[in-house]
Amino acid sequence: MTDNDLAPETLVRFWRDMSRIRAFEQAAVYQSSIGKIYGALHSCEGQEACCVGVCAALGPEDYVASTHRGHGHSLAKGARMDRMMAELFGRSDGYCKGKGGSLHIADLSVGMLGANGIVGAGYAIAAGAALHAKVSRNGRVAVVFFGDGAITRGTFHEVMNMASLWRLPVIFACENNGLAQYVHTSETMVFDNIAGLASNYRMEGVGVDGNDVRAVHQATAAAVTKARAGGGPTLIECRTQRFMGHSSGDPQVYRTKSDIEALRRTGDPIARLEAELMSSGLLDRARETASIEAEVAEAIRFAEASPYPEAREVITDVYA
Amino acid sequence: MMREITFRDAIREALQEEMERAPNMVIIGEDIVPGGGTFGVHQGLAERFPGRLLESPISEAAIVGVALGAALAGGPAVAEIMYSDFLTVCMDEIVNQAAKIRYMTGGQARAPLVVRAPCGMTKGIAAQHSQSLEAWFAHVPGLRVALPSTPADAKGLLKTALRGDDPVIFLEHKLLYGAKGPVPDGDHLVPFGRARIAREGVNITLVATGLMVSRALEAAIILEKNGISLEIIDPRTVSPLDFDTIFASVEKTGRALIVNEATLVCSVASEIAATIAEKRFTSLDGPVRRLGAPFSPKPSTPGLEKLSYPSVDDIVRIATEMIPRRKTS
Repeated sequence: MTDNDLAPETLVRFWRDMSRIRAFEQAAVYQSSIGKIYGALHSCEGQEACCVGVCAALGPEDYVASTHRGHGHSLAKGARMDRMMAELFGRSDGYCKGKGGSLHIADLSVGMLGANGIVGAGYAIAAGAALHAKVSRNGRVAVVFFGDGAITRGTFHEVMNMASLWRLPVIFACENNGLAQYVHTSETMVFDNIAGLASNYRMEGVGVDGNDVRAVHQATAAAVTKARAGGGPTLIECRTQRFMGHSSGDPQVYRTKSDIEALRRTGDPIARLEAELMSSGLLDRARETASIEAEVAEAIRFAEASPYPEAREVITDVYA
Repeated sequence: MMREITFRDAIREALQEEMERAPNMVIIGEDIVPGGGTFGVHQGLAERFPGRLLESPISEAAIVGVALGAALAGGPAVAEIMYSDFLTVCMDEIVNQAAKIRYMTGGQARAPLVVRAPCGMTKGIAAQHSQSLEAWFAHVPGLRVALPSTPADAKGLLKTALRGDDPVIFLEHKLLYGAKGPVPDGDHLVPFGRARIAREGVNITLVATGLMVSRALEAAIILEKNGISLEIIDPRTVSPLDFDTIFASVEKTGRALIVNEATLVCSVASEIAATIAEKRFTSLDGPVRRLGAPFSPKPSTPGLEKLSYPSVDDIVRIATEMIPRRKTS
């Protein structure tokens, strides 16, 4: 089946999942701006098709290792919005009891192994989960999300080689937004074809329009099928963009307002799918939007109602 | 029943028994399949457990990171790093990832991961292959650190480590691999955080780790002839440390000497000495003394190398200084 044959309900679900991520990110940025969220945030607004396209091709038992820009991956993998918001608020009902914050949201019950504060640390964790799946023959696969800025970490080279050598069921999902924090990666990397790097590792590399959720999903579904069949890893480069700064408070001196407006006009993955769904009458936009807004409002209410962790929690969860 | 086996064989037995027990346990390391590894620990295991010993490229960060991922997915997983000096190449995976994953996730994640690495001095292999870095890891919350000095403890501690849910740095002294000692038959487990009294005595509490335990035992024989009786305590794990046993001994002897092979500055010896001074000051009849390596990298040439580690003579000299000279009547 190709993605052109996807059921209409599936496409509506993609739209809804992407819109939930955007609504969560916008709410989080606002709550941060009014002082309700203590730590830094890295909004993935603009990259929603990567999160949803990849995770929709996975089963609930498959694994994801995420990045500092990880809220979208968690939501797409099945994490609950209210417990995520409570984590950002530093509350005891957050996924990590407030100890992790935005940078460490994890939900092991849905295979989400964690966001990560260290760029390039996820490769090995995902490959290791894939190794465990291979040894235990449980058919699971693992995905590592990473940005273009993480390609220059030595861990990329180490794990790409190892994963290919051992034919691990792992998928390398690069969200290429063209920026490594404040710098255009064209100024820090001597290669521009990330997907093309795969061939050096005897691995298939696929470049897709990362703003086209169908394209991302199709490429991932093919990679998952191959991985489950013992065919080894795949590198998928999703070319996308981020609409927001690196983190909350980034003045974005590296680009102009009109640059960002142009990205929103041309690259928005939600608007693109929405146009198609609306013209075919598949999407009840008002109803879906109201439902998402209600979910976000409930998540904020849940977060605010949750207590801060007790003082004794500062030294719990260090050891088993 | 007891058998005399080498430290190396004790480690292999622990790995083999736990691999039989845990069908998804994997071992990742460099050169572990041909010849069983640089120090021969894995002899025969690759044949016995097909597909579960992963012969790794030279990629230390990936070895530990991949082992951590396998641990998070259920584990247990063992990463062998050829020399403990090379742990510095995978510090992110150990310190930022494995050590903190449970805390960062609010207790969700368990990481049954053991990172084994040969440590300490050998012959002339100098500054990048001879270090004792246990204090680096003991400093990090979330890690357990084992430093066994006998075959029985090596086996028992490793088996305990492999059944736990916390990441363990397991440091094996290179000069001990060939050492023989009695190891109990059957499912021999040694708990973490419980010291072993290697020798009972009355005048000085000597806390020694790793290879220094055997040097302390040699020194004790010499000192006994001079009328000084050492009580030697081997903590076996340096995180956690068994202060109950150390304090009980200090209360008895009134004197404490801590000996470790590592550079003394910010060492485990320093931590033990400081804690004794802080918590048992009134039990002490004199200052707590420490003995460790000088603050320099390890040299290759034998004459200088010898000066870079605490010797039996050093222990005898300091212990003798600690006991007030008897008045000649």
